[in-house]
Amino acid sequence: MRTVTIEPTFRAWRSKARSLLDQKMHPNDVIWSTQGDDSDELFGFSETTKQTPENKPEQKPQTSNRAKVPPFFIQLAQTVCCHRSQKQWSMLYHILWSVTYEQEREILFDQTNDTMRKLEQMRKSISRDIHKMRAFVRFREIQVETNDRENYVAWFEPEHLIVRVNTPFFRKRFAGMNWSILTPDECVHWDGTDISYTQGVDKSQAPDGDELEELWRGYYRSIFNPARVKIKMMQSEMPKKYWKNLPEAEIIEDLIQTSTDKVNGMMEEENRPLKPEPKNKYLDHLKQLNNSEDSK
Amino acid sequence: MNKLQKLEILADAAKYDASCASSGTTRKDSSSGKGVGSTGGAGICHSYTPDGRCISLLKVLLTNVCLYDCHYCINRRSSNVRRARFTPEEVVDLTLSFYKRNYIEGLFLSSGIVRSADYTMELVIKVAKSLREEHHFRGYIHLKTIPEASPELIAEAGKYADRLSINVELPTQEGLQELAPEKNVHRTRDAMSTIHSKILETKATRKELKKANSRVKKPTYASGQSTQMIVGADQSNDSQFLNRAGDLYGNFKLRRVYYSAFSPIPEPSVILPLKSPPLIREHRLYQADWLMRFYKFDVNELTTEQAPNLDLDIDPKLAWALRNRSFFPLDINRAALEMLYRIPGLGVRNAQRIVALRRHHAVRLEDLIKLRVNLKKTLPFMICVNHNPAKHELDSEALRAKFAPPPEQLELDFTAQIIIPKTTSIAAQAEAKHGEF
Repeated sequence: MRTVTIEPTFRAWRSKARSLLDQKMHPNDVIWSTQGDDSDELFGFSETTKQTPENKPEQKPQTSNRAKVPPFFIQLAQTVCCHRSQKQWSMLYHILWSVTYEQEREILFDQTNDTMRKLEQMRKSISRDIHKMRAFVRFREIQVETNDRENYVAWFEPEHLIVRVNTPFFRKRFAGMNWSILTPDECVHWDGTDISYTQGVDKSQAPDGDELEELWRGYYRSIFNPARVKIKMMQSEMPKKYWKNLPEAEIIEDLIQTSTDKVNGMMEEENRPLKPEPKNKYLDHLKQLNNSEDSK
Repeated sequence: MNKLQKLEILADAAKYDASCASSGTTRKDSSSGKGVGSTGGAGICHSYTPDGRCISLLKVLLTNVCLYDCHYCINRRSSNVRRARFTPEEVVDLTLSFYKRNYIEGLFLSSGIVRSADYTMELVIKVAKSLREEHHFRGYIHLKTIPEASPELIAEAGKYADRLSINVELPTQEGLQELAPEKNVHRTRDAMSTIHSKILETKATRKELKKANSRVKKPTYASGQSTQMIVGADQSNDSQFLNRAGDLYGNFKLRRVYYSAFSPIPEPSVILPLKSPPLIREHRLYQADWLMRFYKFDVNELTTEQAPNLDLDIDPKLAWALRNRSFFPLDINRAALEMLYRIPGLGVRNAQRIVALRRHHAVRLEDLIKLRVNLKKTLPFMICVNHNPAKHELDSEALRAKFAPPPEQLELDFTAQIIIPKTTSIAAQAEAKHGEF
């Protein structure tokens, strides 16, 4: 049994997985860890891939028995690296092992293979989390005297470790303003020129309001149609766990509770009579058009 | 009147338009540092209201003052609803403020008709132009178009918008004459045709310029158009709704036709008394619409002359299968993909997965379970390695009863929450995903 410690990145995993494959280390004999850098010493190994692989030229494969995997598997692996469980490393290595040494290339394409299915579920869960972060981040404007740009800060609690993969999206969309997204895992900042990352923080570090939120809630209240309440549908797309960081969520209960009364009020209203047509050239023009349509 | 009050009135006036799409447009972003915003790729729903609909765009009217007298509409001139008017600058400012806080993907702007079609259209365009040219806004813009506006204005609107829409409102001219006397289905179709050819023309020019590697600035135009019909306001049947939808999808390649159950409004008209919104009917129409667009159903297969309305108790694909039992059971290891689409309970994705899977090994029930196929619905209609439905089951009249919900679920209080039975899984899932299906 060997414990290997890697940085939680795709490149670190791939590099380690390659060398383990070359050594014919069976997946059942490997424990993957991303916890700190002491564990290796504890077990008497010093194999940690500490160097940032980005700066190091890729090692050429030395052996010919290395399996080739299709691009979609690489993409899958790159995505599932963000999974919070950290179980992905071992699962990915299991697949690589089967493909390399057990002639089971087929499992890559087998949507009913258990490991592949679990990886696919991980991918789905991460993609959803990435998408929900793009949807539910709420920026709050702050006043900063040291620059003359607009400055915004958001607080978000992602399910997976997705801050970095989501950064390009926010950078492209909000390049013209300064912003920070704070999360418990890590924080990302954009100042108009550079992206930087800092350690995760506590919610108390984030601003607790924005003047615009009153207008936003006003909009949310008015765009809701009380005659078609479908709470389950709302919750399937906007689960309650997100509510605490959404400024509009605080009026949801009230909207639901008052919806019946509102609709009953409308239903009981008297029907309004027609009003005489106002004098308007354009309406006369429309009438002419309608008459000529009729005669067609 | 302050900004909040105006916003409340003008959002309230806009909420009966179901369209919420913010996807399927050209890719653009503000990474140059100029302006704000990005589009392209999947749309994003930034919030959901308790009606299950998503908020993706700031959906407002420029004004709810209106010359028209459409009886289903809260803003018709005969209504005593409070009126408000945004200046173009106010809408621009609100859009940017909401966008920068990541509340929205962009703006969906519509307006009551004031003075004339052209005058109104010009005001709407002014907002879009200011957002695009003065503020370099790269988010999504959806503009409601007035069919009677001059073609030059419709062309200009398309220059700034990602999507244009004109609501046909009702499937037939007779319906319009009764409930929306100022509107006309032929003029709407004509305007849709104008927009459609403009979209095609722009696409072709862009393609040519790209091919020639030209430095000439590519022309921009909306990448699609959509429309909406109100369900349950007039006497039209589902066949008429679906035929109109088929007409618009076929002739003008509309991206979406939205169906909006007529729901109670303040200030009801004497001509159109209020009732509970026909939500199940709306849902079935969306399902039927889905079958036309993604499952290769022809519009004539969805309803019959004897039954021009969709079955409210069961979904339209199951209804078709029950009417056409001789097609079944289908062997999922042999049938063509298009035939798999016809099996009740089997979605497009899973049908494609089955085709991929059967190249490797014969598909068994266990595989279907892993793919989370809705077996209860699917089994009577399919054959696989270890399953062959009893012939008598498919012929049995009891088959329909098996899927139709017990009668008490049909008595819907309009305020009650709609619980979609699990058996409509594919449709229900899709509906959940998109706010409306």
